[in-house]
Amino acid sequence: MFYREAGQFKTTYATDQSVFPINLDRWFIAAALVIAFVVIPMTASEYWLQAVLIPILVFTMAAIGLNLLVGYAGQLSLGTGGFMAVGAFMTYKITTAFPEINIILVFLASGLCAGGVGLLFGIPSLRIKGFYLAVSTLAAQFFLVWMFNKVEWFYNYEPSGSITAPPREIFGVMITGPTAAAEARYIVALVLVLIFAVVAKNLVRGAIGRSWMAVRDMDIAAEIIGIQPFKTKLVAFAVSSFYCGMAGAMMVFLWLGSAETEAFSITESFNVLFMIIIGGLGSIMGSFLGATFIVGLPILLSNVPQSFGLAMAIDTQKHIEVMVFGSLIIFFLIVEPHGLARLWQITKEKLRLWPFPY
Amino acid sequence: MEILNALFIAPFVDMVSYPIFFTEVVVSGLLTGVMYSLVALGFVLIFKASGVFNFAQGAMVLFAALTLVGLMERGVPVWAALGLAVVVMVVLAVVVERFMLRHLVNQEGIILFMATIGLAFLLEGFGEMVWGSNVKPLDVGIPSESFEIGGVLLNEFDLYAAASGSALVAVLAVFFHYTRIGMALRAVADDHQAALSVGIPLKTIWIIVWSVAGFVGLVAGIMWGSKSGVQFSLSLIALKALPVLILGGFTSIPGAIVGGLIIGVGEKIAEIYWGPLIGGAIENWFAYMLALAFLLFRPQGLFGERIIERV
Repeated sequence: MFYREAGQFKTTYATDQSVFPINLDRWFIAAALVIAFVVIPMTASEYWLQAVLIPILVFTMAAIGLNLLVGYAGQLSLGTGGFMAVGAFMTYKITTAFPEINIILVFLASGLCAGGVGLLFGIPSLRIKGFYLAVSTLAAQFFLVWMFNKVEWFYNYEPSGSITAPPREIFGVMITGPTAAAEARYIVALVLVLIFAVVAKNLVRGAIGRSWMAVRDMDIAAEIIGIQPFKTKLVAFAVSSFYCGMAGAMMVFLWLGSAETEAFSITESFNVLFMIIIGGLGSIMGSFLGATFIVGLPILLSNVPQSFGLAMAIDTQKHIEVMVFGSLIIFFLIVEPHGLARLWQITKEKLRLWPFPY
Repeated sequence: MEILNALFIAPFVDMVSYPIFFTEVVVSGLLTGVMYSLVALGFVLIFKASGVFNFAQGAMVLFAALTLVGLMERGVPVWAALGLAVVVMVVLAVVVERFMLRHLVNQEGIILFMATIGLAFLLEGFGEMVWGSNVKPLDVGIPSESFEIGGVLLNEFDLYAAASGSALVAVLAVFFHYTRIGMALRAVADDHQAALSVGIPLKTIWIIVWSVAGFVGLVAGIMWGSKSGVQFSLSLIALKALPVLILGGFTSIPGAIVGGLIIGVGEKIAEIYWGPLIGGAIENWFAYMLALAFLLFRPQGLFGERIIERV
């Protein structure tokens, strides 16, 4: 009875089209923002920021990107890791060559580079569909990682073959490099993710998003009603890779500090795919939930035995973790194939009546 | 000019001027290809019969090999260990059907695909927890002497692998085409609902096909395990089997074989003649690029069923 739209009248077109039409939703989001921007940086410890919150933000970015491609445009991609690598390595390359450019601009530029690469690997999507398309994106994954490993120019001929985030600041605050405070990196990541989540949300409600969904649901029918499948798919690939590239840049510069190509392996691609499927295909909210779930679950699992005072050999514990992770994924798919976002929606619908039965 | 020469002329000159070496490269490529095909076969079987793209096939290969080695390490004789491993794979098929597939009927392909990735995690964790995660040598008594035919060096082991691969394919082809169960499998592959309506027990069929895939996995596990030891990386050959599968077409058993051979040979030739020019270690992605190039001309793979799209 508390969560409902009764009595909230829409008097302008703008309110009619708002993302959160119900007041309670807006208050909830406002409260979440206050917690994210004020409470967390003031209270969270270094460990929480570095091991939990920043990774969640980084992977949310990647998950939104992949969700645009897989969830909205219906093109299966296993190349996320490769596109993330493009973002990370291009950021490194640009910021070491031109240290005076604002690092955020560098992030955007390298996101654009990743978008270009995504465009290139999206070209086969016109002819190749479904699981067959996975091969095209796997080619991207393996080829890109191999290239960043072999071509020394990309990591400035460092003997270690890894890229390290140099110290860069915005508004006088250090945000990358070894001296950057975790709080600063967290805030930057949060702002980036929120801005691009809003952009993504508006993309998918607009003409582009609707053409993506039309192609996803049936591309021949979409073509007949005048949507160009080739253009639509390519745009999806480019936008998705842009997001993944940004996520890769954030991963190295705001989270890990330094990385090798190993960090962008096929495992990462699968992880992000997990996130969007557990979170919910075709849902921006789901990307947040999925990233939280997949990043948080292993941490939770590795801490559970200790909190019960169980002592186990490390490798046994590792194996049990993997098993539990696998079974939880199967369990979730069985219980709710549409992901956490759907559960969220069901909860909201139940809330409209609560506490009355009907 | 020099680079063009190195890329487009020198490798071919090399091939022609050392024909024996070239033959050796091709033969070793073919034999590796058979090994890829063995893994790809398991994928095709399950995809044909249930439309599930079973990513856990690699984990099944690992799990089967681990079970076999683990039993042999505990002093079980080879034949008994083999029998027990087959039983374990059948039990696995029953469990998968009962606890996973049954609940996921009528879901979209990508959901099933994800579920099998979850299964892959589960199997890897379980196998390594029960049998340990160190590298284990596997020796089921396949001879591995090297010998020469016309100047080309061959290994007996590879020939055995090729022979068992071909035998497996022949048996499976007969099974699919001439037995009642085989026909039922094809019917299920064609249309679940239609198959159900003519009285084909879907659940039994799934158990059978997962058992067969488990058996194929066991054979692949024995071959790969004898070659490189039973270890975690065995589950990663699934990634090697993907381009094979896609090149041959998801639904075709001969396709898996031909695809495997093409990928095996292509990969070896590229690695030896072109690899050094661009920095080596191109085996990782070359297969995918090759498959991609093929797909651009035949989007359903070499032998896949023609994709017909209707509105």
